[in-house]
Amino acid sequence: MSEEKDLNINTGLRESATFDHFTMAEIRRAAETGIYDIRGFGAKRKVPHFDDLLFLGASMSRYPLEGYREKCNTQVTLGTRFAKKPIVIETPVTIAGMSFGALSANAKEALGRGASEVGTSTTTGDGGMTPEERGQSSKLVYQYLPSRYGMNPDDLRKADAIEVVLGQGAKPGGGGMLLGQKITDRVAQMRTLPKGVDQRSACRHPDWTGPDDLAIKIQELREITDWQVPIYIKVGATRTYYDVKLAVKAGADVIVVDGMQGGTAATQEVFIEHVGIPTMAAIPQAVQALQEMGMHRKVQLIVSGGIRNGADVAKCMALGADAVAIGTAALIALGDNDPKWEAEYRKIGSAAGFYDDYQEGKDPAGISTQDPELSKRLDPVVAGHRLANYLRVLTMEAQTLARACGKNDLRNLEPEDLVALTVESAAMARVPLAGTSWIPGQKF
Amino acid sequence: MKTIDLEKSSVRELNQALHDQHNECTEREWEVTGVKGDHNLAVGLDQSLSVHIKGHAGYYCAGMNKKANILVEGNVGQGVAENMMSGSVRVTGDASQSAGATAHGGLLVVEGNAGARCGISLKGADIVVKGSVGHMSCFMAQAGTLVVCGDAGEALGDSLYETRIYVKGSVKSLGADCVEKEMRAEHIEHLTELLHRAGVDEDPAAFKRYGSARNLYNFKVDHASSY
Ligand SMILES: Cc1cc2nc3c(=O)[nH]c(=O)nc-3n(C[C@H](O)[C@H](O)[C@H](O)COP(=O)(O)O)c2cc1C
Repeated sequence: MSEEKDLNINTGLRESATFDHFTMAEIRRAAETGIYDIRGFGAKRKVPHFDDLLFLGASMSRYPLEGYREKCNTQVTLGTRFAKKPIVIETPVTIAGMSFGALSANAKEALGRGASEVGTSTTTGDGGMTPEERGQSSKLVYQYLPSRYGMNPDDLRKADAIEVVLGQGAKPGGGGMLLGQKITDRVAQMRTLPKGVDQRSACRHPDWTGPDDLAIKIQELREITDWQVPIYIKVGATRTYYDVKLAVKAGADVIVVDGMQGGTAATQEVFIEHVGIPTMAAIPQAVQALQEMGMHRKVQLIVSGGIRNGADVAKCMALGADAVAIGTAALIALGDNDPKWEAEYRKIGSAAGFYDDYQEGKDPAGISTQDPELSKRLDPVVAGHRLANYLRVLTMEAQTLARACGKNDLRNLEPEDLVALTVESAAMARVPLAGTSWIPGQKF
Repeated sequence: MKTIDLEKSSVRELNQALHDQHNECTEREWEVTGVKGDHNLAVGLDQSLSVHIKGHAGYYCAGMNKKANILVEGNVGQGVAENMMSGSVRVTGDASQSAGATAHGGLLVVEGNAGARCGISLKGADIVVKGSVGHMSCFMAQAGTLVVCGDAGEALGDSLYETRIYVKGSVKSLGADCVEKEMRAEHIEHLTELLHRAGVDEDPAAFKRYGSARNLYNFKVDHASSY
C-alpha cells in the first residue's frame, strides 16, 4: 500500500485529502450494498487525546518520591455516598461492561479472572450475567440497560454494584445491536428472543424518561437491593457537565463517563466517528460539575474511552477522575488483533491490527464470537493471566508518574501537574500550553 | 395478617420487612395502609406472600416481583410490576405508562385503563387490561401476552418480536411489523385460559389477534424505511 502510494507520488499523482482512499472505498461500498457500515471497535480517526498532555515531574519546587521505596497508593473505594457496601478496588483500572453475546463466554471468564487477580472489578453488559463471569469475578458490576436483556432480580442481588447505562461513548443516543449470526441458543435464551434474529437494544429505558424519573428508578434499585450496593450511572460523553449534574441529582454513587473513542461491539461507523466528545474533553466538564455541587470525590468519577497505558490512567486521575475503565485495551491484552492470527484475518478480509468486525462473530482470536470452535482458541486461564499482567503494568506505570510528581496516592495527582502540547488539548483539558501559563478560554 | 401503616413506617421499613420473609417466612398475609401514592412499594419480593396495598401507589409498585401476589386497591404510577418474574399483581384502578415493562413472568391485571407503552419490551409475562391501553403498547415486546378488553392507542406492537396481543375494541394504528393474525382454535383456548386466570368475564371470540409479521427480524435494505 505504502509502496503503491510512493509510486503514485513519484509519478505526480495526487491523492485528495478530502476524497482519500478510505473515503472512496466507503462510497463504493455504500453504492454496492445500500447499507451503512456497521462495525465494532472505537473511533479510528485522530482526536485530541492524552498523548497531547505531559506531566511536569518534580525538581526544585516539587519533591519527588523514591521510585521503589516510598508507597504510592492505588486503592480506591467506589460508592461511598449511599451504599452500605462500597467497592474497594486495588488498582483504579476497572474492566468496562462488555456483553456476553458480543463476547464469548471464555472471553468473559478471562476478563473476570484477570480483574480478580489484581483486585479490580469487571462489568457485565447487554445480555445479562453468566455464571462463569459471576464465578470468576470477585467484584462484579451488573449493568442495567435499556434492553433489559437477561435482567433479573436474582442477578441484581448477586451484583457488587449496579450500573445504570444511559449511553456509551461510541454511540451516545444510540441503542445496541447484536446481529443474528451471533445469536446462538444460549444467547437467544438469555435474551428471550428467537435464535438468529437481529437483536436491537433500545436507546431509551422502557420505564423512565427524564432525570426525575431516574431518581425514582434508582430508589427502586436501592430498595430491591436493601441499599447494600453502589449504583453507578454511565453516560456517553456529550453534554457532560449537565449530565453529571443530573446524575448526581438523580442519586448516583458513581458516575461513569465514556468518551467518543470508547469501543463498541457493533454500531454504525458514522455514529462511532461523528457523535460525542473526546475523553480528555469530558473529564474537566465532569469534574467541574462535581466540584460545583461539592461532590467531587464523594460521588466517584470513572472515565473510559481510549485508555491504553499507565500514562493515560495517570492523566485521567490528574484531571480529577477516581478510576478508569478499559474495554478495547483489555480485549487486546486477551489476544484481540494479535498478529499470530494474521493469515486468518486475511481470509476474512481484514488484517491483524485492523480487525473491527466484532458484529460478525468470526473473530479468529475467539473473543468477539459465539462460534464454539473459535471460542475454544481462547484459554480463559491463560488470557486472564495476560490481562492481569497488563493491569499490573498500567498500575505500575501510573505509580511511576505519580511518584515523579511527588504524590503518594494516584488521586493526589492534579491538573497542576499537567501541561498540554497543543492549543486544542490545552483548551479541552483546561491545563496550560507547555511552557506558558495560557489555558485557552481561561487565562491570557 | 400483618399490617404496615405508611403513616407510621417508611417505605424502606415496609420493603425490608417483606424482604426478610425471603430468608424466614413468618407471615404470609400482609396489608399496607396509609398509602399516599408512595413510590417503590413492595418491590423486589421473593416469597409467596399476599400483599394488599390499600390506596394509590406511585412508580414501580411491585417492581421485579417474584412469587408474591400483590393487590393494589387504587391506581398505580409508572412501571407497575416492571420486570416481574412470577406471581401476580392486580390493580383495581388505572395504571400509568409502562405497566408491566420487560416483565418475564407472572400475571398483571389492570382493572381500569393502562397508559402508554403498556407491556413495553415484555419478556414473557401475561398482562390483562380490562380497559384500554395507550400508544406504543408492546413496543419491542419479545414474549408473553397482552390482552386488551377496551381499545389500543397508536402504534400497537411496534417492532414486535414474539409477544401475542389480543384486543377486543379498536386499534388506532399498528406499529411497524405488527399485523392482524388469524384467531385459530389454539388462540381461543389460550385466551380463554388467560381471561379465566385473570378473573375477567369476556367472550374470547370477540377479540382479534395481533403479532409480528417478522419482516424486521433480520436487516434487509428493502425495509430501510421501516427502521
Ligand atoms: C466488544 C465490546 C462490547 C461492549 N459492550 C458494552 C455493553 O454491553 N454495555 C456498555 O455499556 N458498554 C459496552 N461497551 C463499551 C465499554 O463498556 C466501554 O465503554 C468502552 O469499551 C471503553 O472504551 P475503550 O474500549 O476505548 O476502553 C462495549 C465495548 C466493546 C469493545
